[in-house]
Amino acid sequence: MIRLEGVSKRFGGAQGAPAVDDVSLVVGAGELCVLIGPSGSGKTTTMRMINRLEVPTGGRILVDGKDVMTLDSVALRRQIGYVIQQVGLFPHMTIEENVAIVPRLLGWPAERRRRRAEELLELVGLAPDQFRRRYPRQLSGGQQQRVGVARALAADPPIVLMDEPFGAVDPITRKGLQRELRRIQEEVRKTIVFVTHDIGEAFLLGNRIVLMRDGRIVQDAAPAELLRRPADPFVTDFIGEDRGLRALEYTTLAELATPAPAGSTGPFGAVLPADLSIVEGLRRLAAEGRAVADARGFWVGDDRGGPSAQVTYQDLVATLGEALAPEGAIERS
Amino acid sequence: MSYLLARPDRVWTLTLEHVQLSAVAVVVAILIGVPLGILVTRTRWLEGPVINTAGVLYTVPSLALFAMLIPFTGLGARPAIVALILYSLLAIIRNTVAGIDAVDPRLLDAARGMGMTGRQRLMLVELPLGLPVILAGVRVATVSAIGIATVAAYVGAGGLGVLIFDGIRTIDGDRIVAGAIPISILALLSDWSLARLGGAARRDVAPSAGGA
Repeated sequence: MIRLEGVSKRFGGAQGAPAVDDVSLVVGAGELCVLIGPSGSGKTTTMRMINRLEVPTGGRILVDGKDVMTLDSVALRRQIGYVIQQVGLFPHMTIEENVAIVPRLLGWPAERRRRRAEELLELVGLAPDQFRRRYPRQLSGGQQQRVGVARALAADPPIVLMDEPFGAVDPITRKGLQRELRRIQEEVRKTIVFVTHDIGEAFLLGNRIVLMRDGRIVQDAAPAELLRRPADPFVTDFIGEDRGLRALEYTTLAELATPAPAGSTGPFGAVLPADLSIVEGLRRLAAEGRAVADARGFWVGDDRGGPSAQVTYQDLVATLGEALAPEGAIERS
Repeated sequence: MSYLLARPDRVWTLTLEHVQLSAVAVVVAILIGVPLGILVTRTRWLEGPVINTAGVLYTVPSLALFAMLIPFTGLGARPAIVALILYSLLAIIRNTVAGIDAVDPRLLDAARGMGMTGRQRLMLVELPLGLPVILAGVRVATVSAIGIATVAAYVGAGGLGVLIFDGIRTIDGDRIVAGAIPISILALLSDWSLARLGGAARRDVAPSAGGA
């Protein structure tokens, strides 16, 4: 777990605007927290203070309850994975050597390092026998990024910091890498702080999105929350025009459903899983039609079996209307 | 060419002396210059004083430098080697600094973020990546040391300069040629082999391909 308490950072003396200004933030174990904002919003600096690449000028940062400033910076960094913009692979080392660099710093024996590198290359979808002995320049940008992720995970650190890791690759490769990271995260469940300025990436990856501007947190919320209840116009602006559509992708049927009214006749046929997004739900509804729906609405259930709640057409239409209404027509709470 | 053919043994002995003078000087200059260069990249205010001092030493005419050293070192190989070290320092220090400075700062950031100590960053990242440039400095230093070592014969250090000075004194063009040809060959040979070595190091550290 990472906890930032009133953290500030001023570069070059006391005058001038702070790069990071009184930021408080908790990132829970296993959470992927995205820091997002325009350039100069302080997101990267905030991340870099967690592994002490920058020293805070105010407040404190706790990693697993310990103030990072009281820890040895080298030891601290070795237990925090780090992926940077443009990869930062060492050009004079093979892929295997790159991946196994932190284990090497930690003094693992060669055989164990080799096995670990192999495991990780598999994890990120690169055939070890094919890639182990190559040099970074012999790989495509996307492949290099995968190696960057593998390298960050090498010593199995509980925390990983990622600074716009997919910023330098083309959009199609980026999409693939993002999906891959989601799959990997499901497998390894690290506590990840992920810096980006790509809002689509933030929604695709984050369990939590922290939007920053001028060194301060503007809003810190789950993706759905950010979409449905933007804290101020800046958030709305930043999320962009397809905010409504995105909201539908990040709102689950469960959030829409109401308990079945007393005396209701109960479900007909199948129920839809409650954790589907509205968009997915609509798709299923279109495909399965009468099997799951009746005149009033349709039923959703959880994986423990049994229908638990009903989504009425009325609620559904209201939500769709809200999501697709033009900006400004939406009430801000 | 007749002297060269008549006394190959003597030319060979003098050649070995010449190689020894230059090689000892360059090796010692590397042992001093590379650490000094590293120190400069860590302690930036030293850059001016160190590079300027080495630069001034480099501009002193060789004959004058040899002569000035005699009171401290006596005659023979010692003043020659000391002078050659001083001449070699500039190229080696300057290229060590340039080589380390040219390492992509993002790589150093990655190295730091992964938990490398300063020493590990130097040994695992900065020196290997700076090596081609450092070797280029060694190459310049070696070739010029081989040339300047010729003058060292004047202070009794031996080497192929002996033949040239003898040739001048006795107005014997043959001897001059017998000294000059091996010197040129030595210079070309060391230049070529160090260039190959630098090429090998560069292949290892060529910048990674960008894009997807």
